[in-house]
Amino acid sequence: MATHDHHHEHEHAHPKAPDEAPPGYYEIMEIAVRELLVEKKLIEPDEIRRQIEVLDSRTPALGAKVVARAWVDPAFRARLLDNGRAACEELGISIYDDTQLVVLENTDKVHNLIVCTLCSCYPRAVLGLPPDWYKAKAYRARAVKEPRAVLQEFGTHIPDDVEVRVSDSTAMVRYLVLPQRPAGAEDLTEEQLAALVTRDAMIGVVRVQNPGTDRP
Amino acid sequence: MTTTVPAVTKPLSFPVVKALGQEPAFDVGDQVRISVRFPIGHYRVPFYVRGKHGVIRMVLKPAAVNNEDEAYGRNAGIKSYYYRVSILLADLWPGYAGPPQDRLDIEVFETWLERM
Repeated sequence: MATHDHHHEHEHAHPKAPDEAPPGYYEIMEIAVRELLVEKKLIEPDEIRRQIEVLDSRTPALGAKVVARAWVDPAFRARLLDNGRAACEELGISIYDDTQLVVLENTDKVHNLIVCTLCSCYPRAVLGLPPDWYKAKAYRARAVKEPRAVLQEFGTHIPDDVEVRVSDSTAMVRYLVLPQRPAGAEDLTEEQLAALVTRDAMIGVVRVQNPGTDRP
Repeated sequence: MTTTVPAVTKPLSFPVVKALGQEPAFDVGDQVRISVRFPIGHYRVPFYVRGKHGVIRMVLKPAAVNNEDEAYGRNAGIKSYYYRVSILLADLWPGYAGPPQDRLDIEVFETWLERM
């Protein structure tokens, strides 16, 4: 770049813009398929942009609101466990594909963990895009084979008298973990409770911490 | 928020005959084995659960299109049930280090399940 006149002797990694490197194999395939679909009028270019907008509007904050509502409203909790999809839609969180949402409740006896060993199935409608480690082969392979060791690496110790239940999401179902409400959070409002609920807790790799008591 | 009116109507005492495949073949609690097959192409049953024994935890309703056909665009008319099958991790992995009650739950299409 001729106009790029400042020097780069100093050490800082400067991430490449998406079109700075030549496109890879899958990128070329994606562009070719997309252009063909548009050319054959099967989709409009705006549909792709619109779907990205849909995904960008989904974040773990939505899932956190679902969890907090379930903690404060037993009737909602029952509906959520009975039909996760309908209960989320009740809160205005539309599920935009044909998947079902099964909500897995953590209890004193069962700790749930979610994985997709085949690819990256994830409750995107309620949590947004999955973290990179969720899609990494190491997590996908180890979560079903040595879940307790994986949990330990996230700082989560599950006592031996509790069942670890791993759900491998492979086809029609997306899972959301309903974590246990932390001790000492009895006086918090629904909004304050939602602020405690993290993405990782809804995947099941950590518990929900109460900063007031768990991190003195 | 929509209000749901609870159903009060009882089913008729002379039930209709259901079409084949309309009702799930397995119920919660049934013992099953996941088939050992090696189809070519797109599949949704990972190798590590093939041939393993489990128990039906949940019947997923309504009936759904088989993802393995859907991958080839054949997405009409072939609906059946997915089941959440629960397998002990100790049965899945010889020498599993954790306690005996740990489990894996996985959703499997009806055509992959054998009654035990």
